[in-house]
Amino acid sequence: MNLSMISKSLLIALPMLALGACSSVSDSDSDAMSAETNAAVQTNVIEALELTPEEILVQQYTAAILETTINFEFDQSSIAPRFTIILDAHAKLLVDNPDKLLVIEGHADEQGTPEYNIALGERRANSVATYLENMGVATNQLTIVSYGEEKPVNFGHGLAANAENRRAELAY
Amino acid sequence: MFLRLLLSISFLMASAQASARLEILITEGINSARSIAIIPFKWLGAGTKPENFATIIGNDLRSSGQFSPISIDKMAKTPSNSQNVDYALWHKIGVEAIVMGEVKPASKAGEYTITYELLDVVTGNMGMPGYSPVLDKRSSTVKTEKLRQFSHRISDVVYEKLTGVRGAFLTRIAYIAVDRSSSYPYQLRISDYDGFGEKLVLRSKQPIMSPSWSPDGRQLAYVSFEKKRSQVYIQNLYTQKRELMTSFPKINGAPNWSPDGEKLALVLSKDGQPEIYILNIKSKALQRITRNRVIDTEPSWTPDGKSLIFTSERGGRPQIYQIDLTSYKTKRLTWEGELNLGGTITPDGDSLVVVSRHNGNYKISVQDLDSGDLRTLTKTKLDESPSIAPNGSMIMYSTVYQGKKGLALVSMDGRFKANIPAKNGEVKSPAWSPFLN
Repeated sequence: MNLSMISKSLLIALPMLALGACSSVSDSDSDAMSAETNAAVQTNVIEALELTPEEILVQQYTAAILETTINFEFDQSSIAPRFTIILDAHAKLLVDNPDKLLVIEGHADEQGTPEYNIALGERRANSVATYLENMGVATNQLTIVSYGEEKPVNFGHGLAANAENRRAELAY
Repeated sequence: MFLRLLLSISFLMASAQASARLEILITEGINSARSIAIIPFKWLGAGTKPENFATIIGNDLRSSGQFSPISIDKMAKTPSNSQNVDYALWHKIGVEAIVMGEVKPASKAGEYTITYELLDVVTGNMGMPGYSPVLDKRSSTVKTEKLRQFSHRISDVVYEKLTGVRGAFLTRIAYIAVDRSSSYPYQLRISDYDGFGEKLVLRSKQPIMSPSWSPDGRQLAYVSFEKKRSQVYIQNLYTQKRELMTSFPKINGAPNWSPDGEKLALVLSKDGQPEIYILNIKSKALQRITRNRVIDTEPSWTPDGKSLIFTSERGGRPQIYQIDLTSYKTKRLTWEGELNLGGTITPDGDSLVVVSRHNGNYKISVQDLDSGDLRTLTKTKLDESPSIAPNGSMIMYSTVYQGKKGLALVSMDGRFKANIPAKNGEVKSPAWSPFLN
C-alpha cells in the first residue's frame, strides 16, 4: 500500500516541481532580460518521470514479484496454490535474466528437534527449487540453504508463531 | 511444605549467586527417594562461610532423583564430625546416611581446608564393634574460586559410595544461547552442569547448532552458519583453535563424536537428501552410511562404537533406527508414539532416550531396549535435544518455560525435574560433557 501511495504522490509532485522551475525563470525579469541579451532563447532541463525499481518490476512481473515468502503447512513441504503466483513471477524474472542468482532459504517452526528441522527446512527449499526449475529456471541459478528452526521471523512460541516461521524465503 | 522449602532453597541460591546466568528452579520434588542428611558444614574461621557446601551437595544429590536430603529444620543436632553423633536420633527420622564437614582458612590466603565425612546411620545405630559407620573421610585444600567445583566433587564421592555408580556432578554442559539484543546473537556457551560458571566459547552473527563433546572433553564439534551456509567445525576449548571439518553444498549437520575420539558421525545432503556419513577427523576420509530417498539424520554412536542410532523417515513418519557398522544391518527401534526423534543410547547400553511425540506434544522418553517399553519422563509440550549425563543418572533437555526456551533437568527415573531458565536470551541444544576428571 505504502509503495503505491508514494509513487502516486510522486506522479503528482514531479510535474508540479517542473512547473515551479519554469515559472521561477520567467519571474525574475532582470535575469530573463540579461539572458536575452546573451542568447535569443533559453532552454531548461526537465526531469523524466521515473518509476521506482520495484514499480518497474511489478509492471513486468505483477505485484507478486515483491513477495519473497512462501509459507507451508505443519510438517508439509508442498507448495499451496496461493503461493504459485509468487513463484511464477520469480521464475519469469530468472528465466529473463539467466545471470541472476537466487538463494532459497528453508525454515521450520520450533516443533521437533533442531537437527530434524534442518532437514525439513531443506525439503521446503528443495520443493521451491523444483517448482522454479519446472518453470524453466536453470539449476545453477539456484542455491539452497536450510536454517531449520534457527532463524524464526516470529520469536513467540505458539500456533501463530509456528505458522509464520514455517517458510521458504527468496533472496537475490 | 516439602516443595515450598525446596523452592525457598533455590531462591536463596539464586540471590547468593546473582552473577550466574542460569538458576535451577525445582519443578517437582520426590518423596520416595533415599533420605539423607547433609548437615551445613561448620565454619571454623572468622566472618562468613565462603560457600554453602551443604546446599550445593544437597541440590546435586536431589537432582539424581535417588536422594531426598532432609531439611535443616528436621535436624535436632548439627554435628560437624563423626566423634559426636547420636545415630539413634538420625535412624528414628529415617535418615540413611549423613554428610558432614568442617571448613577453615588454610595457611595461604584465599585458600580453605575442607574436611568431610560420610556416615552410614544403620551401621552406626547397631554399634557393632569392628564395623565403622564412617564410609569415607577426606580433607583437601581448595582455592576460593574452586569451592563450588569442590562441592560437586564431594557430591560425586558421596553418590558413588552410596550407589556404586560414578557421580557426574563435576561435569559441564555446552549449549546454544540466542540473545537477540546482542550484536552477536548466536552464542555457544558452557557452564557447570547446574548452570553456574557460565562461559562464552564462540559467538556469531549467524546461527550455531548441535554442539557435541569429544570423549576427552577437550573439544567441541558444532555447526556454524558464519559463511551463510552450514559447516561443521571442531574447536579446542583450551587453545581456542578451530578447524573446519566439512563444507559441502547444502546440509552439513548434526556432528556426533565417536567414543574413540577419531571420527565424527554427521549428516550431509550433498547427494540429494540428508544422509548419515562418518568422517575420519585426521584423514578427512568420508564414508557414507545410509542410502535412501528420505530424511536420515541425528546420528549418535552406541557406547561400544560398533553401531549408530539415527532418525529416519524410511517407514513414513520419523522413527529411530540402529545400523551395525560392520554388517550394515539396520533395525527399527521405536514403535510407540506418533513419531520419535533425537535418539541416544544410555551409557550402560540398556535404554534409548528419545524425543517422542504424543498428541502433538514432544516429550523426553526412555525406552527399555530389551522389553521395548517406553516411559515418558517429561510433561511439557516442547521438550527436545535430550543429552544424558555420563553416568546415565540424569538427562538435560531444552523446553519452553515461561514463554522462553530454556534448559531443564530430569532424573533418569523421571522422579526429579528442575528448570534452568536463561537470564538473558533463550537457551537450547544442551550437550552434557563426558567425565572431566
